[in-house]
Amino acid sequence: MNAALRDTRSMRVERAWAALDEVLDPEVPALSVCDLGIVRDVLEREDGGLDIVLTPTYSGCPATELIERNVLEAIDRSGLGPAQVRLQRAPAWSTDWISARGRERLREYGIAPPGPVAQGAPVPMRFTPRRVQEPVACPRCGSANTERLSAFGSTACKSLYRCVACREPFEHFKPI
Amino acid sequence: MSASTLQPSIQLSRAGEVTYLLRLADTCLFMGQRLSEWCGHAPILEEDIAMANIALDLIGQARALYAHAGEVEGRGHDEDQLAFLREERDYFNLTIAELPRGDFAFTMVRNAMVCTWLKLMWERLQDSSDAELAGIAGKALKEARYHQQHAADWVVRLADGTDESRRRLDAALPTLWIYTREFFDADEVDELAESTGLGPRASDLRDAWLAEFGALLDEAQLPMPKDSAFRSEGRRGRHSEHMGFMLTELQYLQRAYPGGAW
Repeated sequence: MNAALRDTRSMRVERAWAALDEVLDPEVPALSVCDLGIVRDVLEREDGGLDIVLTPTYSGCPATELIERNVLEAIDRSGLGPAQVRLQRAPAWSTDWISARGRERLREYGIAPPGPVAQGAPVPMRFTPRRVQEPVACPRCGSANTERLSAFGSTACKSLYRCVACREPFEHFKPI
Repeated sequence: MSASTLQPSIQLSRAGEVTYLLRLADTCLFMGQRLSEWCGHAPILEEDIAMANIALDLIGQARALYAHAGEVEGRGHDEDQLAFLREERDYFNLTIAELPRGDFAFTMVRNAMVCTWLKLMWERLQDSSDAELAGIAGKALKEARYHQQHAADWVVRLADGTDESRRRLDAALPTLWIYTREFFDADEVDELAESTGLGPRASDLRDAWLAEFGALLDEAQLPMPKDSAFRSEGRRGRHSEHMGFMLTELQYLQRAYPGGAW
C-alpha cells in the first residue's frame, strides 16, 4: 500500500475514534464509550469496512446491545461506514481502563470513581465491618467519612454509599 | 391455542463438551431465575436491587455460555433455543439451583454455597484450552467475587442478628447442605473435560470449596452440617419435583409464541 493511501486510512480510523468519543454510555451518560474504556480497537478491513472492537463491562449489562447500536449509528452519521461491531471478551474489562478524564467526569456527575484494581491477586472473602474498608471519598464534599449502604446500586457497575459529613447519598463506581 | 402450534423441543447433542458447558450455563440460568423471583419481594429495597443485579450477571453469564455451547454443538441452536426449548431431562444444572427460593436466609445460604462453587470454577476455567470459555470465565470471575462476598456478608450478619434470623439460618443450612455433595460428583463428562483441558472435574473443586465455605461457617459460628446418604443428580438430568413448575413458567413465552424476541 502506498504512503498516501495509508494516511487516508489512518485518518478514517482517527475520525472513527473521534465519532465514538461522542457516543455516551446510556446508563452513565457522563461518560463516552471511549472514557469507559470499552472501545478496544478500530480496524480497517481489507474489504473496506470498519471493525469496531468492543468489550462488555458486565456479563449481564443490559446496555451492551444499545451501545452497539449507538456506535454503529455514530459511525454511519459521520459517513465512515460500513462498519460492524465485534465483541471481544478477553482480556476482561477492568475499571482501570476508565480514562483520567472519565474519572473526573464521573466525580462531576456525582458518582465516586473507582479505585485501582489489584490485578492478578486472589481476592479472599473479607469479614470486616463496613467502615474499615477502603475509604471512598464523597464526590460532593470530598470527605472520606463515608459508609457503604449496599454493594449493588441502580446498575451492576455501581454501589450505594452515603457521606457521613455532608449527609448526601451517592453512588460509587465499583472497582472490577 | 391448539397444541400443534406450540414450539417443539430441540434435539440436543450428547457430546461431552456440550454437556459440560450446559451444566455450568444451566446452573447460572436457574440461579438467576430464582433470584429474580425476589424482585419486588425483598425485605429491604437495597436487597431487592442487589438480588436483581446478581440475577442479571448470572443470566448474562448463562447467555454467553449458551451462545458458545450452540457453536460447539454445531446444530444451529442459538442461546434462546438452548435456554427455553429443552425437555426437563436435557437440563444439567446443580439441583440446588432449581429449589424454590425459600426465605431470605435460605436464599443467602444457597448463594453463598453456589457462588463460592462458581467462583472457584471460573478461576480454573480462565486457563481453559477453549479460548472462548476462558474469556467468559475471566469476565464472570470478577462478578462472582462480588456475589460470593454479598452472600457471605449476609450469612454472618444473620447469624449474628436476632433469634429469628438465627433460627431461619439454622433451618436453611442443613436443608441445603445435602445438595452440596453433587457439587463434587465427577463423572465421564468431567473426565473428558479434564483430559482435554476444557476445565476441571467437579471433584477438583472440593478442597478449595470446603476451605472457603468452612471459613464462612467459622466466622458465622455455625457448625459444619452432617453429610447424608441423599444424592441429587441434576447435573445428569435427573431433577427435583420443583423443576417442571419452574420450566413451565420459564418456557411459556417461547413455547406459545415461537421465536418471540424483545
